Amino acid sequence: MELNKDQTVMSEDNNKPQDPNPRLAWEGCSVLLDVNDGDRLVFARLSGGAILKIGNKNYSLKPLIGAPFGSLFQVESGEDGSFLSRILPIKKENDHNNVMDDSRDNRELVDNNEAQNLTGEEIEAMRREGAKGDEIIEALIANSKTFDKKFQLSQEKYKLKKQKKYAPKLLLRRPFSRSICEAYFKKYPARIGFLRVDALSLLLTMANITAYSDVLVVDMVGGLVTGAVAERLGGTGYVCSTYKGSSPYPVEMVRMFNFSDKVIERIVQASVTELSSAKTESPEENNQQGVSNTENNINEIATSDSMVEDVSVTAEVRVVDNVVPERKIIKAPKAGAKASKEIIDMWRENGFSSLIIAAQDQDPWSFVKDALPLLSYSAPFAIYHQYLQPLATCMHKLQQEKMAINLQITEPWLREYQVLPSRSHPHMQMSSFGGYVLSGIRISTT
Amino acid sequence: MAARLARYVKAPCETKKKKKRKAKTLLRFYSFVWSDLFLTNIITQTLIVSSAKFLASLLNFPLTKAVPQSISGSVNLKMLPTESKKALSFKRYIEDGDLVIVYERHDVMKPVKVSKDAVLQNRFGVYKHSDWIGKPLGAKVFSNKGKFVYLLAPTPELWTLVLSHRTQILYIADISFVVMYLEVVPGCVVLESGTGSGSLSTSLARAVAPTGHVYSFDFHEQRAVSAREDFEKTGISSLVTVEVRDIQGEGFPEKLSGLADSVFLDLPQPWLAVPSAAKMLKQDGVLCSFSPCIEQVQRTCEVLRSDFIDIRTFEVLLRTYEVKEVKVDTSSMADQSLEEDDGGLRPCKRKHRSNEEDDTVSHDKSSNATSSVVMARPCSEARGHTGYLTFARLQCLA
Repeated sequence: MELNKDQTVMSEDNNKPQDPNPRLAWEGCSVLLDVNDGDRLVFARLSGGAILKIGNKNYSLKPLIGAPFGSLFQVESGEDGSFLSRILPIKKENDHNNVMDDSRDNRELVDNNEAQNLTGEEIEAMRREGAKGDEIIEALIANSKTFDKKFQLSQEKYKLKKQKKYAPKLLLRRPFSRSICEAYFKKYPARIGFLRVDALSLLLTMANITAYSDVLVVDMVGGLVTGAVAERLGGTGYVCSTYKGSSPYPVEMVRMFNFSDKVIERIVQASVTELSSAKTESPEENNQQGVSNTENNINEIATSDSMVEDVSVTAEVRVVDNVVPERKIIKAPKAGAKASKEIIDMWRENGFSSLIIAAQDQDPWSFVKDALPLLSYSAPFAIYHQYLQPLATCMHKLQQEKMAINLQITEPWLREYQVLPSRSHPHMQMSSFGGYVLSGIRISTT
Repeated sequence: MAARLARYVKAPCETKKKKKRKAKTLLRFYSFVWSDLFLTNIITQTLIVSSAKFLASLLNFPLTKAVPQSISGSVNLKMLPTESKKALSFKRYIEDGDLVIVYERHDVMKPVKVSKDAVLQNRFGVYKHSDWIGKPLGAKVFSNKGKFVYLLAPTPELWTLVLSHRTQILYIADISFVVMYLEVVPGCVVLESGTGSGSLSTSLARAVAPTGHVYSFDFHEQRAVSAREDFEKTGISSLVTVEVRDIQGEGFPEKLSGLADSVFLDLPQPWLAVPSAAKMLKQDGVLCSFSPCIEQVQRTCEVLRSDFIDIRTFEVLLRTYEVKEVKVDTSSMADQSLEEDDGGLRPCKRKHRSNEEDDTVSHDKSSNATSSVVMARPCSEARGHTGYLTFARLQCLA
């Protein structure tokens, strides 16, 4: 293990926020921090003053700036208190111990709280003297009466438990739709409508999202779907987040993706009425529509602006859990500008190439009947819902009205496995529900 | 109507398909076992090829013979747009030379290259391609007998359903999950082995477009040639390069060292390819290995632990639902008992009487006593296992 204090001062040359796939964290970028192997997932925006609380201590996130994504940090204590320091992994030897030959078991373990000789005060004293986490763990093992009697596997478990407490590790990760979805699903599933990562991946696949697509989305899951689509478009095509009424649905989650300006420009918003209005070609009506639209525009811009502000504050407090933002927050560029008249006209002419609907607590049919006619023929669509019945009804209506073919309702099922020598099995706990997806292809009714 | 709809949705659970799946799963297992015994590749390959042919015949699967084999001319309609003008929304009318998917039913589809002098023949009659030209995609076209099919733009999903199976292929649930978990975005470089039937390659190409690239490797010469032809046909050959190479034996080519954002392995002994995959990956790059057997996963994970972190193994499956409109009796129990108590008859008689009434009284009641309800339930059969997906992230050493 090696201390890398120099890591904090990295040359500016390595900062490439406009790179579509940057490999180093830069000042102002959004990061996902994985504490103790997935025990806790925290979103943060890196700035000199950003702070993360682990246990009962605050740690500056400054050492993370300029470090490559995927690097591992550990808590160290020095003269100026505790800080995060990058650790380089030691090449592990493949130890082929046959665990099944271990005949030790727990028959002699008595849970009387007398196994540990070190007292809390003694441990605290070691820390004050600047002992490393690993040293404390070794001392704990040396002073444990029962450690040697433990089965080899429970010895490993013991070490891991103590490591998490005395030498917490932090993994610096790039936020991708995968990790953002997983983090939210773990922590605030209701906010993303219980949309699990496998269901999200199905939506993107079934709607055939690819570069140069014009994707229509109804995103009532905080911007997760909009962001995931924009990630697949990579600064080409458009993702248009549509809405009923006068105010767009919030897409604050887009801020966590580290999108370049080029990608952000391709995320736009327009109401269902604006998108479908010109289908009726009467000029008078259009004029009226135009006037009311401009009024709407002003209102919407105002509301959407203030909304983004609101969310950024609450997000930093709630979502970016435990991270105290610096006075000057480095703002990510805003997504979700108003779709220009020219683009809307283009969509009216050519139709959208895909549609994704993730409308929480709404009847999907109410969106489908307005949104589906905006698609070009042969365009695929995917509709997410956390309840089955509204999708079943919606599918039935689509069949009756002969608006779509290849209709199917699917529910993804995802199970994770523990894979260890002679100890492989599914995880004891699993998510039993990730949502339903109705997919199909729009057809010409004539 | 309801029955028709039910059939429409229910069909994915057909037994014919099940047979095919079983056989294919077996095949994959065999190929693992055989190669594990260090038999020569050739034996394994012959086994795969002959079995694939047998399976195709068993299934009466629409092999490519329906598609005019001339792939010399450039394909107009590309599955994936490499420039904005090629996007679906800009390409609305069918032209001579386009690849379209002819959709009969959700389980009967066929890829066809439009050629103005050609015809398509199926059990519904004869369709002239010349009638199709100028029609919008997604349109209905009629046969000489007045029966219709739909013409659809090809997508990787539809392609997965119609491609000729040279090997066991990956299906939509695994494909979607792999692409998302490998963190593939436009511009990425992805390595894949083996190419197989090119089902996953097509979806990877879609994810890296327009500027990224997929390098796909298969040790089977003929399979690589067929895959190249398919990619030519679907218009994605600028995004995928197929090479013949035994990745388990030789590893990935040195020239790709350190360039890959992600690597996907679908090999009988993936652990042999892991060290080479680690060399190809950029730091923090993600690897995925797909194996049907847990023993394969076990050995792979042991090797992964030396260079990779965040090692996670998943199984992902889909449950499909059938939707049906059902007429249900909504009259309450209270209504019936009231009416029946009036008569004061014995139970068996009561039943009899209410049956008689059906013809007379219930006509008036029918409007409020029964109603149509749309109901959904899972299909009774589904794919139970495809493979385990193991993901791992290359450790950052610098």
